[in-house]
Amino acid sequence: MSLLPRRIREFVIEKLIFLSGIASIVFVALIFVFLLREGVSVLKTTSLGGFLGGKFWYPISSPAKLGILPLILGSLLVTAGAVLIAVPLGIAAAFYIAEVAPKRWRTPLKSCVEILSAIPSVVLGFLGIMILVPFLRNVLNLPTGLTAFSGSLMLAFMALPTIITISEDAINAVPREYKEGALALGATHWQTLYRVVIHGALPGIIAAAMLGIGRVFGETMAVMMVTGNAAVIPHTLFEPVRTLTATIAAEMGEAAKGSPHYFALFAVGIVLFIISFVINLTADVLLNRGRKR
Amino acid sequence: MKPESGFARSPDPAVDPLTGYHPLPIIVSTTPQLSFEKETYTRTIGMRTPAWKSIPAGLVGVLTAIGTPACARRGASNAPKYQSLQIKGSDTMVNLGQAWAEAFNKLHPEINVAVTGGGSGTGIAALMNGTCEIAESSRSLDQKEIKQAEESGFTLHETVVALDGIIVVVHPANPVDHLTMAQLREIFMGEIRRWRLLGGPDRPIVLLSREVNSGTHIFFKEHVLRRGKSKGPEEFAPSALMMPSSYAIAEETAHNENTIGYYGLGYISPRQKVLAVAKDEHSPAVAPTIETVRANTYPISRPLFLTTRGNPEGIVRDFLDFVPIK
Repeated sequence: MSLLPRRIREFVIEKLIFLSGIASIVFVALIFVFLLREGVSVLKTTSLGGFLGGKFWYPISSPAKLGILPLILGSLLVTAGAVLIAVPLGIAAAFYIAEVAPKRWRTPLKSCVEILSAIPSVVLGFLGIMILVPFLRNVLNLPTGLTAFSGSLMLAFMALPTIITISEDAINAVPREYKEGALALGATHWQTLYRVVIHGALPGIIAAAMLGIGRVFGETMAVMMVTGNAAVIPHTLFEPVRTLTATIAAEMGEAAKGSPHYFALFAVGIVLFIISFVINLTADVLLNRGRKR
Repeated sequence: MKPESGFARSPDPAVDPLTGYHPLPIIVSTTPQLSFEKETYTRTIGMRTPAWKSIPAGLVGVLTAIGTPACARRGASNAPKYQSLQIKGSDTMVNLGQAWAEAFNKLHPEINVAVTGGGSGTGIAALMNGTCEIAESSRSLDQKEIKQAEESGFTLHETVVALDGIIVVVHPANPVDHLTMAQLREIFMGEIRRWRLLGGPDRPIVLLSREVNSGTHIFFKEHVLRRGKSKGPEEFAPSALMMPSSYAIAEETAHNENTIGYYGLGYISPRQKVLAVAKDEHSPAVAPTIETVRANTYPISRPLFLTTRGNPEGIVRDFLDFVPIK
């Protein structure tokens, strides 16, 4: 008799755990379905090529020009700039904290990195507008400081904590024996680091970089404040750009429901979703390859 | 006018997407409070304080309300003790709205008036969603909005409450001090790209515009770029920077010698240089002042509206009756 309630209990608990497990999959699927349902209607007004390859974004004109090529390139450019700055810096910082810094410094350094990640992006954007933008304009003698580069710098700041924390965990997870073996064979500390430890930690470091890129790509607020939001096809890092995220943020509140503009913003959301998905997928593939080796 | 404004997708009135996105302490907002002190009305003014002080300069002759039927119910006397009134919309008018709200609150301490910005279209969308009672708007309603309101079973009621001039500003060190409407059009369409062509230094021109949710953006496009034909093909140059607020334009103009921007007369400050504008080559350039806007000699001016659902009643009616300044 006592078996039955227990069985039921276990059954219920099992199903609950199962539900929590697949919840995230269901949510992602639902979000995608919703985006897709609203977004595909953009094809009524413009062709797929005209949407992805169009060079002009005038969403409230009639007829509306809904070309998001400048927005895609803007997002990619800002992200690329941020990655070039944040990834080397982040990995170097992680190595310093994990391997080089004196032991008593490690905890305070780690805490500082974590505090960095707690700064709200609006606050960073605000500092960017007040300090970074005028500074860049004066130092680099640019027409305006509201450029992709300002956005990249801000985003690099925001991606650093992610990259440092995860890389550092990966470095710490490298088996002690590897390091001891290398040192026993007569390698210097530096040789051990860049010949042995980095190989052991590589999958984790790549994952860190990819998560950092994901964070940067989806960031909205700080970017919107410092990049100038001009929907032009950028040629250098030192020109204003408009990103996919900033476009949705700035225009969604105003778009009339059911208008081409409204559908186009959802389609922009789909594009964002797909690009993020590809970034994460690449990270996964790279990670798995790293593990097999 | 044809902007595609309408229902904003903001189910939660407290978290409006647009105001949420406005980064700086630009959005001057007040929260309705149900405290039992005498002074129930509080306001938080961020970076705008200087502009706020210049309001009287920005406020131009006030016209009388259009068609306000006498049958509207006067609801204040037998109203519940504490009431709140949400006003939302044009960034141009948010400071003006604050001033009214504060004065109105002195007369009616039992009514909390909350004023927020976000853009004319945002305000009208909020009005139709029922998340505010009065929309401040710097443009008249467009056909889509009127139709959408009809479909939802009510009419929108516009009241002209003020006139506003749109000023064109540059950095104080810029030697250019007047432009014609034709020059402005070519500058903002990206056809004139260097200050040298206008008698200034050999520097690039950096265009500062508002985002598409702004009534000022739409008015400037239709009035200056399209020369009054609202359906014309002209557009802002793609290279124009879309700034999230008038404050952001003012700030960038004060710091950057290459810029040219536009916003409402209320934001005049000594940190930017205000250009005189001539209707055409043969007309004299007119500086924007209260007098020139009122006399309609300054070429870029427009009416400002308070928009409500149906005929205003109750505290909305009281507020509208209060607003016109003698």
